Amino acid sequence: MKRSHFSRRGVLKTGAVAGAGLMLPTYLRAQDSGFTNAPTGDTVTFGFNVPQTGPYAEEGLDELRAQELAVQHLNGEGDGGMLSTFSSKTLDGTGVLGKKVNFVTGDTQTKSDVGRASAQSMIQKDGCIMINGGSSSGVAVAVQGLCQEAGVIFMAGLTHSNDTTGKDRKANGFRHFFNAYMSAAAMTPVLEKAYGNDRQAYHLTADYTWGWTQQESMAAATEAVGWSTVQNVLTPVGAGDFSSYIAPVLNSGADILVLNHYGGDMVNSLTQAVQFGLKGKQVNGKDFQIVVPLYSELMAKGAGSNIEGVYGSMNWNWQLEDEGTKAFVKSFGEKYGFPPSNAAHTCYVQTLLYADAVTRAGSFNPCAVAEALEDFEFDGMGNGPTLYRGADHQCFKDVLVMEGTASASGNANMVGYDTLKIIEQTPRAQVEYPEDHPMFAGGSLGECNPGA
Amino acid sequence: MLGLTQKDFLLLLVVVVLTLLAPIILNPFPVNSSLGQSFNAGYPALMQRFAIFGILVIGFNILFGLTGYLSFGHAAFLGVGSYAAVWMFKLLSFNIIPAIVLSVIVAGLFSIVIGYVSLRRSGIYFSILTLAFAQMSYALAYSVLTPLTNGETGLQVYPSDPQYLAAEGAPSAPHVFGLPMAESTTVYFGDWQFTFEIGYYLCALMLILAFYLSIRIFRSPFGMMLRAIKSNQTRMNYTGLNTKPYMLWAFIISGMYAGLAGGLLAAMDPLTGAERMYWTASGEIVVMAILGGVGTLIGPVVGSGVIKYLENIVSKINDNVLHGAFNALPDGLENVIIKIIHPFVGEGWQLTLGLLFMVVVIFLPGGLVQGGQRLGALFSRRSRNATAADRDAARQKPAE
Repeated sequence: MKRSHFSRRGVLKTGAVAGAGLMLPTYLRAQDSGFTNAPTGDTVTFGFNVPQTGPYAEEGLDELRAQELAVQHLNGEGDGGMLSTFSSKTLDGTGVLGKKVNFVTGDTQTKSDVGRASAQSMIQKDGCIMINGGSSSGVAVAVQGLCQEAGVIFMAGLTHSNDTTGKDRKANGFRHFFNAYMSAAAMTPVLEKAYGNDRQAYHLTADYTWGWTQQESMAAATEAVGWSTVQNVLTPVGAGDFSSYIAPVLNSGADILVLNHYGGDMVNSLTQAVQFGLKGKQVNGKDFQIVVPLYSELMAKGAGSNIEGVYGSMNWNWQLEDEGTKAFVKSFGEKYGFPPSNAAHTCYVQTLLYADAVTRAGSFNPCAVAEALEDFEFDGMGNGPTLYRGADHQCFKDVLVMEGTASASGNANMVGYDTLKIIEQTPRAQVEYPEDHPMFAGGSLGECNPGA
Repeated sequence: MLGLTQKDFLLLLVVVVLTLLAPIILNPFPVNSSLGQSFNAGYPALMQRFAIFGILVIGFNILFGLTGYLSFGHAAFLGVGSYAAVWMFKLLSFNIIPAIVLSVIVAGLFSIVIGYVSLRRSGIYFSILTLAFAQMSYALAYSVLTPLTNGETGLQVYPSDPQYLAAEGAPSAPHVFGLPMAESTTVYFGDWQFTFEIGYYLCALMLILAFYLSIRIFRSPFGMMLRAIKSNQTRMNYTGLNTKPYMLWAFIISGMYAGLAGGLLAAMDPLTGAERMYWTASGEIVVMAILGGVGTLIGPVVGSGVIKYLENIVSKINDNVLHGAFNALPDGLENVIIKIIHPFVGEGWQLTLGLLFMVVVIFLPGGLVQGGQRLGALFSRRSRNATAADRDAARQKPAE
C-alpha cells in the first residue's frame, strides 16, 4: 500500500510537528493520580445515565429532575433539601471537597447496549467520576459491570432485581433501592393478615431477570405462610395485550393473581384483569384478589382507579412524615410543582450519599469511596435508620406496603401520587437476609477497581 | 495499486488516513472548552462504534446496494456474532482472535440457513421473511434460549467461567496475545487532548480490510453479476443463468460482515444482549445505508458515522450545555434560541435524525454521498459546465 512520495518538505514538517508534540511540557502519560478521571481544576463531573426515551422514560425523566436538584443542593443553591436532615453533617453546600459539581446526562433508551455506550462516553469523554441512574435491572447490571471495568463508582438508581446486588454484584456498584426479596418479605405478613393462609396464587411474570427473581421471592415467601402457587406463566415484556394470559386465570381455581409486571406492562395487565371482572369474583368461597408486588407512582397514574384495593410495595413514598421526606418533597415540589416519585428519591439520595462518602473519605478515589460507603449507617434520608451493607453493597431499611385507594384530593394531576396509601411500614429487621442467601448466591464483589 | 484503479485506490487511501487519524480529526476543539465538551467525538468508545457500524453497513451494502435485496433482519447476524464471541470468552480465554473468527463463522452459517429460505422470494416478501427470522432470533434469545443467552440481562463473562485456555497472568479483559484492548495513550497538545487506544486501532484495521474487500467485490465479475440481478433478474434467468447461488453468496458475505461487527462489539466490550437483534436495530442499519448512499462505496461508512454521532453526541446536549453555549447573548434572546433548539437535542435527537433522513430521501436520493458529489461539482470547473443531461442521469442512477 506504499507509494513512496515522501518529499523532503513533508518529512521535515511531520518531524517538526511530532517533535514539538512530544516535547510539550504538558505531555503526560495516562493518569498520575492512580485512579480513573481524578478531578483536576475546581469542578467534578457526575454522570446521570437514565432512560429518556422508551418504556421507562417517565421514571427516567423524574430521576433526572431529582439528580439535578441534588446537584443544586450540593452546590449550595436552593434550600438544601435533605442536607439539613441527613445524619452525616459533612456536606455544607460548597460542592464536594471544595469542587463545584457539574453533571452530564445520557439516554439509556432502556437498552443495555445503549446504556453502556452512554456510560462509556461519560467516562471517556466527560471525565465522570461517578455514574448514577437506571430504571431497568438489565441496564443497571450492564452499566454496573462497565463501571467496575472502567474503575468508577456506580450508584444504582431504580433497580429491583435481586441480581443487582446478588449474582451480579460488583465492588464498584452500590444500590440504595430495595429488591424483590424485600418486597416479598414485607408484603407477605400484610397479605396473610388480609387474605388468610389458605390461598391459591396464580402468577403472571415478566419474562426477564427482574420478573423471575420477583416471582421466585413472592412464591417462596407466600408458600411459607401456607399459600400454594397454582401456576406461574411467563409473559413477554411489552406484550401490550394480556387478555390471552388472563382468561385462563378464571378457570384455574386460583383466588389470588400476582402480577409480577412493571411499568406499562403492569398498567395493561392490571387494567385487563379488572375488565375481565376478576376483582369482584368469588372463588373457593373467597373474594378474588390481585397483588402487584412492586408499585410506582407513575404506574399507579397509568392504572387510574383500577388499583383500588390492590396491595403493593414501595421503597419510599412522598407521604411519609419524617423530616427528611418533608424537606425533599418541599424542595422538589417548589421546583417542579408536583411530588417526587420513589425513583426520583432513590437517585437523589444516592447522589448525596456518594458526595458524603467522598467527603468522609477525603478523596475521589473509588476504593476510598467504597470503603466509606461500606457498612455506613445513616438516617434522615426518608427511610429511617439505614445500613449500607459492606458484604453486598445493598441498603437495608424499612419497606413500605401500599394499598391503592380512590384519589383523596380528586385532583387529576395527583392521580398516582395520592391514590397510593401507606398501610404498613415494615421494619428493617423483617426484610433482612444473609448475604449468601440462595436467591443472592453465585456472585462475588471482586476487588474494588480504581482504574488507570 | 493493490488491484485497484487509480480512483478506487485514492478512495481507499482517504479511508485509511481518516480512520488512522480519527482520534485527532474527531477532537477538533480544546477538551475543556464548551464546544469540546459538546461536540468532540474522539473518545475510544465512540470511535470503535464508528468503525464497527461502518463494517456492518459496508456488509449490508454488498447485499442491498448491489443486488437491491433489502434485508430487514440484518441485526440478527450482528447479535449471533456477539453471542458467539462472548461464549468464546467464557469458554476459552479473553483472547479476541478465536472469538472474532468464530463469530464470523457462526454468522456465516446462520446466514446460509436464513438466506436459503428467504431468497426463494424477492422484493417485499424477502424483506418480510428476513424480518420474521430476525424477530424470531430475538424472541429466542430473549426468553427461550436463556441458558445460552442469559435472556434480557445479557450474556457476560463472570470470574467463575471456566476459560480453559486462559494463560496465567493474562489480562482479565479482552486482549490480543496479552495486549489489552482498553490500553490507551493520551497525548496532551496544549489544550487539546487525543486518546489513542489499541481497541480502536484494531477496529480501524478491520474497517480498512473490510472496505478494501468491498471495493474488490464491487469491481469484480461477481459484483457485476450482482448488479445485473439488481437491474433485471428475470432477464438473467431467461438467458439461462441461475442467479440463486450468486444471491446466496452475497447474502452470506453480507452476514459474515455483520458477524465480524458483532464479534468486534463483544471484543471491545465483553457483553451482549438480545436487544442487539431487535427489529429497530435492523431498521437502523437500513437507515444508515440509505442516509449515506446505497450502492456507493463510501456511503455506508458516512451514514453509520452520522447516525452514531447523532445518537451519542446530540443526545447528550441538555439545557445546561445550551445555556453554556449561548450565555454571551442577552437573556431574552438566549431563552428564545434555547426554546427553539431544545426539541432537537437531548432526548429529541431522533427528531433531528428523522428530519435529516427526510431531507436526504427527498432531495438527495443518492444519500449524503450524492450531496458531496453535488458540492464537489459546484466547485470544480470541469463539472460546472456539466449539462442538465448529467444531472438527469444522476437522478436515474443515484450516486452509483
